[in-house]
Amino acid sequence: MIRATWGVLCACGGLIVCLLLAGPSVAADGGPDPNAWFNTERTNVLVILLVFFALVLGFIRLVGRGVGLFLRKIAGLEAIEEAVGRATEMGRSVLYVPGIDDVNNIQTIYSMVILGHVAKTVARYDTKLVVPLAKAFVVPLAEETVRSAYVDAGRPDAFDRDNIRYLSDEQFAFTAGVDGIMLREKPAANLYLGSFFAESLILAETGFSTGAVQIAGTANVHQLPFFVVACDYTLIGEEFYAATAYLSRDPRLVGTIKGTDWMKLVILGLIIVGTLLSTFGVQEFADWFRVR
Amino acid sequence: MRKEIPLIITFVFGSIMVIDYLVPHRSVTAVGNTLQGWTIIITAFAYVLGIANVVRINLQKISGRSADWPYAFPLLAGLAGMVGIGLIGGIHDGTLGHQIFLYIYTPMQATMFSLLAFFIASAAFRAFRIRSVDAALLAITALFVMIGRVPIGDEISRFLHLPEGVDFASVQSWIMNVPNLAAKRAILIGAALGAISTGLKIILGLERNYLGE
Repeated sequence: MIRATWGVLCACGGLIVCLLLAGPSVAADGGPDPNAWFNTERTNVLVILLVFFALVLGFIRLVGRGVGLFLRKIAGLEAIEEAVGRATEMGRSVLYVPGIDDVNNIQTIYSMVILGHVAKTVARYDTKLVVPLAKAFVVPLAEETVRSAYVDAGRPDAFDRDNIRYLSDEQFAFTAGVDGIMLREKPAANLYLGSFFAESLILAETGFSTGAVQIAGTANVHQLPFFVVACDYTLIGEEFYAATAYLSRDPRLVGTIKGTDWMKLVILGLIIVGTLLSTFGVQEFADWFRVR
Repeated sequence: MRKEIPLIITFVFGSIMVIDYLVPHRSVTAVGNTLQGWTIIITAFAYVLGIANVVRINLQKISGRSADWPYAFPLLAGLAGMVGIGLIGGIHDGTLGHQIFLYIYTPMQATMFSLLAFFIASAAFRAFRIRSVDAALLAITALFVMIGRVPIGDEISRFLHLPEGVDFASVQSWIMNVPNLAAKRAILIGAALGAISTGLKIILGLERNYLGE
């Protein structure tokens, strides 16, 4: 599939040139022309995406050739096993909250991926894992993820379907439900990994009051300060998306992290060039990156 | 095939949604809209799974007399009651379902939300305890922002004869718009790239845990 994607990338590059030569794709009303095969207003998005995809695929290929890549230590991810171990010693459960968004949010999907790793660790330690859910759609996904993790860990008998609990789609009803679980069952470790909103501090402060080890991770920037204050470890933005590469050390996944890092370097260079050009009155360069 | 079919479905539909963003042609837009319609339908069906989960867990709680089992009764009664009232009387303005939502559910939700004020105070108290140089910087910065955002900040600036540009309001505005915004945007760029690369990993089948593998 990766080879096919390389082919698609090259084809897209050629296609961009052809489509740009074909002229703008704007309808009379100013919106995109419904007969055009490419929205020329979004050429910048396509170019950036292609550069990014090329970098990611390039690093995956590099790792495939045996080149070792360094990943810095992420304390929050290192602490997951420690937190599960602590819960086991105390004979208490581990609470995993995958956020309150639906599966159409990439953070929720990724949270399920991390849940798989956490569930495997929990199964190895023979500890109880409670997963409260805020969206009905996530229920089968979480059940299947945890079940597979227990099977992989060689403990299919330890999987308890009743610990995957759908509480409510409503934000604060869900929050009240999770707070109730924390106060009644007193989990020794609370993991908040996913998309969170105003409930983040209510959950984290309640968890703090129960004395649990708390690890949080979200890409929702506005909630990060709350987690940083109330949790022992916080995965900030991109660290959240690096979790599986870090935990599994799968070379292909590590390659994607390196691709992302290099893309940041490219963006940094573009910001510096754009700032300098804008300072000297050349605005076109910065304007080209405006998404319409 | 148990592995390949979900991967092919993910690759095809993921790619279609990317193409839909870039191609405005009516045929592609129609496919994109249809797929989004499917999502809504599938999500609606997922509620059945959610309700089944709630009912199963709580009935087991009652039959097994587990801890706090009496609380399962009002929960199941509330669930059944709201579904019944909604199905019989509807949920439009003036109906019983709407009134329950307005006069019981909404105040309860507001009550939960209002807890946030107290939690912010307790979290801020811990965060601003000066135990290191970093914590001291944080506390001083927070002090400037807080004073600069309330009317008394202007009064203090006037009382101290602080010139415009270094008064509390201007300092808090600079803190929020320059260093704070720069850090926020840096995190946003990293998070956005992480999200895109995760999307790519899922579309390419590099990340398969979500499929239960």
